[in-house]
Amino acid sequence: MNWEVIGSYLPLYWKAMLLTLRIGWIGIAFAILIGILVAIVRFYKVPVASQIAGVYIEIFRNTPLLVQLFFLYFALPRIGIPMKADFCGALGLALLGGSYMAETFRSGLESVAKIQTESALSLGMNKSQMVLHIIFPQAFSRSVPSFVANIIFLLKETSVFSAISLMDLMFTAKDLIGLYYKTSECLVLLVVFYALILIPVSVLGDRLERRVRHAEFGD
Amino acid sequence: MQNLGIDVLFKGTNMMRLLGGLWVSLRISLIAVLFSILLGVPLGILMSRKSRIIRAITRLYLEIVRIMPQMVLLFIVFFGTTRVFGWNLDAEVASVIVFSFWGCAEMSDLVRGALISIPKHQYESAKALGMNSLTVFVFIILPQTIRRLLPLSINLVTRMIKTTSLVMMIGVVEVLKVGQQIIEANRTSSPNAAFGVYGTVLLLYFIGCWPISMLSKYLEKKWNNV
Amino acid sequence: MSKREEIIRVDHITKRYDENAVLDDFSLSVHEGEVVVIVGPSGCGKSTILRIMNGLEPIQKGEVTYRGEKVDGKLGSITRIREKVGMVFQSYELFPHKTILQNIMLASILVQKRDRREVKEEALQLLARVGLSEKKDAYPRQLSGGQKQRVAIVRALAMHPEVLLFDEVTAALDPEMVREVLDVLLSLAKEGKTMVIVTHEMSFAKAVADRVIFLDGGHMEEEGTASEFFDHPKTERAKQFLHTFTYDKVERE
Repeated sequence: MNWEVIGSYLPLYWKAMLLTLRIGWIGIAFAILIGILVAIVRFYKVPVASQIAGVYIEIFRNTPLLVQLFFLYFALPRIGIPMKADFCGALGLALLGGSYMAETFRSGLESVAKIQTESALSLGMNKSQMVLHIIFPQAFSRSVPSFVANIIFLLKETSVFSAISLMDLMFTAKDLIGLYYKTSECLVLLVVFYALILIPVSVLGDRLERRVRHAEFGD
Repeated sequence: MQNLGIDVLFKGTNMMRLLGGLWVSLRISLIAVLFSILLGVPLGILMSRKSRIIRAITRLYLEIVRIMPQMVLLFIVFFGTTRVFGWNLDAEVASVIVFSFWGCAEMSDLVRGALISIPKHQYESAKALGMNSLTVFVFIILPQTIRRLLPLSINLVTRMIKTTSLVMMIGVVEVLKVGQQIIEANRTSSPNAAFGVYGTVLLLYFIGCWPISMLSKYLEKKWNNV
Repeated sequence: MSKREEIIRVDHITKRYDENAVLDDFSLSVHEGEVVVIVGPSGCGKSTILRIMNGLEPIQKGEVTYRGEKVDGKLGSITRIREKVGMVFQSYELFPHKTILQNIMLASILVQKRDRREVKEEALQLLARVGLSEKKDAYPRQLSGGQKQRVAIVRALAMHPEVLLFDEVTAALDPEMVREVLDVLLSLAKEGKTMVIVTHEMSFAKAVADRVIFLDGGHMEEEGTASEFFDHPKTERAKQFLHTFTYDKVERE
């Protein structure tokens, strides 16, 4: 292991990590947004929209992100929809993540017993008060484990961004290996930087899960 | 259809080549699934025991798999072994190793989860009926475990198939790579081939995974209600 | 009793699930200060009556009114009516993500827009009344079934309802917890609260009821004062039903 080499590569990896984080953050934020909307549409069986949402979920859950990105980035320009690589990365992640988050939130909503809503209604709450104060909080706390798993999954999925020539960690590692053959150093840095991104998320996720579980179920 | 580049697929052996590429992806997934089951099931049973050492080691293993992107693992095995051991590992073999490593972790966790989810009184009530340990395991625990396990393991297969798309990044010529080659070869005659070809690849993955997902969902619903 | 003001009127209602009639041409009128107990075999439609009174179930025929105003889950007026018609469920249905105090205060603040401090003070008084002051910051999961049900009653009371509906509130409880809940109901009856109670606890029904309704197969089979019904049931069905609660001594051969 050559520490000098590692030192000289650090700034490149750092830059690459920031790119992963920037696109990942935007993609995940929109994934959550899409997920909430689609889950609500599916849960309340909004006509037409619910069917469209169903097709969307099945397509994105049953194809790999890499192929989705290829399609968005290389195929869509051929029918007149060009987009920049970073936008494409965020879009792909948001669409993929949206389909996973939608299923997570929907099953959360489904797990709230119907009689809980009746109990809220019987206290004179109107629909929106009931949904906001009774359904959503319970649905969310039940979605947390799967929500956390999704976020970790999506952050890991960002590792395919290099396929659409985004200079992320994988791209940087591959590039440097190809140029200077410092394979061990490059791979160690790769692992370290992904750990840097994912360990905090994993720890925070665990803590969130435990807190929610404690509040609701006491164990 | 010219302008959507779908015609390219019907030129020469292109479609066959694409399907051949798909077979490569499927082959890698299937072999990896096989290894995952063979190694993951015993590991899962081991993990359901209460040994501290086993728990600590497996926990570390599962955490690594949980946190590291499969792409990173692929890079480590493919580029790293060349560097460290000096031999050239075939990219497809590297893929099988990585996906088995990953799948085995997932599988063992599923097995452990299924085993510990069987309530204790199921063992007790079976014993109370005079069954011995082996009978209890074969007739009471195993069927219930499989019912919990099967939908989730089937789901793992679709995830495996989807994840094999990554192997093109270390140079395995699978469906996506074949698609890329076809597009390159027809750049001048069919400039829009990217749309038709990548659209087809997307569709092929969907056709491969969707029925399996549906099966998994169906089994889960069916057995959850019992 | 009939001189007092009528609060809830159930007028010739029919309720069907699919093609099965759960309630068939059922009528009932509840007056101020009255305790009406509905008894009958499982599946006779007792609980459905309460749910209809609270606008939680659509009906196919007839009408339910609260002080002359139509009760219908689809009308905008329903929230105002539900404020005044408290309901307690068999399965408690406390909100698991809120503390006991929050459970009690939530609707008063949200729906009635009352002052938080005043609501809190009242909630604490109510909790003290059912002996659960020290549980105010606990979560529902930390309470026993009987405690949860007492909180559920308090939660309904906090809205200052004019009438309370109790749907088999002790059916899910362990035997030793039944008493603590029924005692609360008895004390409410003593205060003159208007209540409609569905229960399987016959001796409690006898003690608390001004009027007993015996329901069977979606029909009102018999109606009378507690002593009339329990001591001298008129119909054969009622006699049979009451008989299921007694056991004959086993004669050994």
